[in-house]
Amino acid sequence: MKWAGLAALAVLAFALAVVLGPAHVPMGELLRSPIVRDLRLPRAVLAFLVGGSLGVAGASLQALVRNPLADPYLLGLSGGASLGAVAAIALHVAGPWALPLAAFVGALAAMGLVYRLGLVGGAELDPRVLVLAGVAVGAFAAAISTAIVSLSEATALRNAFLWLWGGLSGASWDTVVALCLYAPVPLVVLFAAARPLDLLALGEEPAGYLGVDVAVLKRWVYVAASLLTAAAVAVSGVIGFVGLIVPHIGRLLWGHRHRVLLPVAFVGGGTLLSLADTAARVSVAPRELPVGIVTALVGVPVFALLLRRWTRN
Amino acid sequence: MDPELILAAQGVRYRYPGADRDALADVSLTARQGELVAVLGPNGSGKTTLLRVALGTLAPIAGSAAVAGRPAADWTRRELARLVGVVPQREETVFPTRVRDAVLLGRYPHLSIFGAEQRDDHEAVDRALAQCDAAHLAHRWLSTLSGGEYQRVRLARALAQQPRLLVLDEPTISLDLRHEMELFELVRGLADRSQLAVVLVTHHVNLAARFADRVLLLDAGVPAGEGDPEAVLTRANVERVFAWPVAIEPFQGAPQVIPIRRRPDV
Repeated sequence: MKWAGLAALAVLAFALAVVLGPAHVPMGELLRSPIVRDLRLPRAVLAFLVGGSLGVAGASLQALVRNPLADPYLLGLSGGASLGAVAAIALHVAGPWALPLAAFVGALAAMGLVYRLGLVGGAELDPRVLVLAGVAVGAFAAAISTAIVSLSEATALRNAFLWLWGGLSGASWDTVVALCLYAPVPLVVLFAAARPLDLLALGEEPAGYLGVDVAVLKRWVYVAASLLTAAAVAVSGVIGFVGLIVPHIGRLLWGHRHRVLLPVAFVGGGTLLSLADTAARVSVAPRELPVGIVTALVGVPVFALLLRRWTRN
Repeated sequence: MDPELILAAQGVRYRYPGADRDALADVSLTARQGELVAVLGPNGSGKTTLLRVALGTLAPIAGSAAVAGRPAADWTRRELARLVGVVPQREETVFPTRVRDAVLLGRYPHLSIFGAEQRDDHEAVDRALAQCDAAHLAHRWLSTLSGGEYQRVRLARALAQQPRLLVLDEPTISLDLRHEMELFELVRGLADRSQLAVVLVTHHVNLAARFADRVLLLDAGVPAGEGDPEAVLTRANVERVFAWPVAIEPFQGAPQVIPIRRRPDV
């Protein structure tokens, strides 16, 4: 029943993304229209992939740091990606792949730095140290980004600002193919980690006694979730709340077994981001809102409700 | 022939990084099939550390630790979890869980990466729950259980691993008299009927003396006696280790420690 509802919602979100848009395309011509084929369809697929990736990365990181309020950007990736993107914009690096690549490199640099800081405490990937390191690295990267933005000219500033709030307007079949080739690897790693992540919730020592190699598990989950988030950020900027809200709703409705939760988070995340992106395209047409604004406008009230519910229990 | 030796830590020495004294010095701990061994000692005497070294979680500086005849550190965690079920002192509950799902986690070392739980996994869970008198709790949330029920469920999870050695780290802490006794009788029964080797870390000197085949008494990481409870729990030994005057009275063949009031006037 819950699954049927989710599937129906996913199909509906996808259909809306294809049918709705600032340009009117008659129903009969949907399949032949170049607008649908070259713009809306790849964008809908990309929104679904990015949303799904953020959902899975968020759910996995919550289990990794054993905190249900964690999200994919917790570990400083968004700061690193933003810095990379802002630097590329300010330096006028040309080429269609310049921005995503710069953001990707920035995210990976942040990931490496947080990991390295996480070693300082002695225990590898201690959740508390990780979270602190993530916040610190994020703040540091944000400071440099802001410095660059404040020193650059008006158009670059506007572009950088829009990028920071996320958007899928750069979607093309090339990006879809690139993500389709890339995302399955970290996704499979995380799905394989689903059951040990259930055990990790008991704590590291109990999980070890139940047969989990905790050090290996944490390293794989950290790297896979980070790579997934980095790719999502690279193609679509920083889209908040999908990776927090979706796993949360999944936990409320489906429970905490990650073998179920991770697929739910993928489909749910894809659905939510599709809907949000359609709203971003349609609501102020012919202009477009950064999709991160839509997810934040929906996400923050939902998050407040969840927080209340969570703290009450 | 002696029953099979499952756990054999010999002459173990361990020191935590940065510490200025050994946490364990020349300690040995063995457990055979069907045998219940109790590890006793004051707080901080190295009981939990000894478990960690014996099970290969910590590597000893000197001495050796073997499980089922093979060095503990050579087993993968997965292989070890099929041989040894542990009920640790503490664990977290980040996400709400039902009893049955919690016990099902004990099947992890028997499952393949992507494979679902099979019928024999569910049967093992049913058996474990029944053994621990917890079958009626299967659909309850963990957070709604009493202390005694919770410990029985955690024991059931360890049994669902179908281990040959069961290790319990202070399982009766914060339990009342009846639940303490129930747990000790349950554990004794597992050693007798299921031929499990059992290592039990406990503060309950008197119950250990009545239920255990052998006891190991630790004093600040150094063994203060090992063997038959009557031989180990002498007045001199207990007074020295726990730094308190005691009397020893036999009860049903087991020595019972009675702490003496040092200032009877107050």
